[in-house]
Amino acid sequence: MARAVTTQTKVGNTVVAWIIALLIFFPILYTIITSLKTEQEAIAGFSLIPSFTFESYQAVQSQNDYFKPFMNSVILAVGSTILALIVAIPAAWAMAFNPTKRTKDILMWMLSTKMMPAVAVLVPIYLIFLNTGLMDTRFGLTILLMLINLPIVVWMLYTYFREIPGEILEAARMDGATLWGEIWYVLTPMAVPGIASTLLLNIILAWNESFWTIQLTTTNAAPLTAFIASFSSPQGLFWAKLSAASTLAIAPILIMGWFSQKQLVRGLTFGAVK
Amino acid sequence: MPAIVLLLIWMVVPLAMTIYFSFRNYNLLSPGQGSWAGWFNYVYFYTDPAFFQSIWNTLVLVVGVLIITVIGGIAIAMLIDRPMWGQGIVRILVISPFFVMPPVAALIWKNMLMHPGYGVFADIAKFFGAQPVDWFAAYPLFSIILIVAWQWLPFATLILLTSLQSLDGEQMEAAEMDGAGFWSRFWYLTLPHMARAITVVVLIQTIFLLAVYAEILVTTNGGPGYASTNLVFLIYRVARLGFDVGGGAAGGVIAVVLANIVAIFLMRAVGRNLD
Repeated sequence: MARAVTTQTKVGNTVVAWIIALLIFFPILYTIITSLKTEQEAIAGFSLIPSFTFESYQAVQSQNDYFKPFMNSVILAVGSTILALIVAIPAAWAMAFNPTKRTKDILMWMLSTKMMPAVAVLVPIYLIFLNTGLMDTRFGLTILLMLINLPIVVWMLYTYFREIPGEILEAARMDGATLWGEIWYVLTPMAVPGIASTLLLNIILAWNESFWTIQLTTTNAAPLTAFIASFSSPQGLFWAKLSAASTLAIAPILIMGWFSQKQLVRGLTFGAVK
Repeated sequence: MPAIVLLLIWMVVPLAMTIYFSFRNYNLLSPGQGSWAGWFNYVYFYTDPAFFQSIWNTLVLVVGVLIITVIGGIAIAMLIDRPMWGQGIVRILVISPFFVMPPVAALIWKNMLMHPGYGVFADIAKFFGAQPVDWFAAYPLFSIILIVAWQWLPFATLILLTSLQSLDGEQMEAAEMDGAGFWSRFWYLTLPHMARAITVVVLIQTIFLLAVYAEILVTTNGGPGYASTNLVFLIYRVARLGFDVGGGAAGGVIAVVLANIVAIFLMRAVGRNLD
């Protein structure tokens, strides 16, 4: 039974919540606004109304070849995620449907690899990349990002697969389904939502990874994280340009993130909070 | 299973190499000098005054961000959970900072908000006739805490909100009818219900907060002096800027030990949920 809510309380809640929400969102909003200003306007003092020029967007492309780091980000995020899924799906599948006594130990151990601070292996990974020619290559970084996120991918898939009831397979078998029929008509449709959520969350994590991507790239393989970080050097006050580059860098992930709120909670808490 | 083999290699090989290098004299600027160093690198790291400062900074950063995000997260989650118009949009606005990549988040704050000359904070200060603050020079660590807290507040809010939504409404109502006020309801019903989610938030954020790096790189670069250098950044300084492989590796081993202490607690909390 829902409590009766007076319109007055509802108005109050709405006003307070919107003010706080807008304050939290303000830095992002202001970046978008600044990206539509001219460079002079950008440092001319506080103003929420830009002149709606797209010159900064054109400038980041023509002066900094923005498309290249953007494509690197896409390749690294999508590539490492798909690779991780290929490796993780069989493992998660086996652990969810044929658990043994050691399944739990293996899962906990995988989680523990995630606890290893990246900086602890900075020295060896850096030297390996340097000596094998992997430095500043998309290939090397894709493999590395895949390894970093593999434990989360296995875990997420495992928690989703575990929710598929085993009885449904027996029922299908009773109805005369073949092994392939079972996999194709029964299991795949049930597994797809879980796999899709995992894919989404992992692309977000890989896109925003900012330690290895900055450490192991210079120009060729540098994704947006490294590209934007290079703006911190005294390049001058090109804030409109910085804002345009930033807006483009966060827009795709922001939109993906809005669609994956629920999965985010589940994935990042390893299923501890649903 | 290939997943296990891959992770095993990923886990063991670099870590073994780190431990090995931590006992070597190895500087990239003077090749061919790789010799046994004993505990020298550890002693060197330990006696470096920057070491204790970086440990302290790491602690202040982690605890500071945790306090802001947990208290702020509880407050905002309880607010959003109430009936209102446009709840979906409010949720989207509140969680957005989490999806902003660290270098972008830090540069937005550094330039557009906290810049002493042209930032929004300076504009506000001037409006009230006050002297604008040069945030990164005067309060470097605090400024970084603010930026990182902005990034993680959405995460805490989202998880606490998820937990709040599973709270039994009828129980709440019964308590209210019995005359329990807002604070006693919060203290005896809401907070205990969220206890588990709060634990998870604290532990998971701690793992990520121990690894803060890009935010420092693009704002203060660890300075002034070592004022905003955390352990990660110190190791980066020693290994990459100082080319000292042995020293960086010794720092890495220390980082592993510290992270493991945190990890043990997290494993217990999450492990309970597996059964």
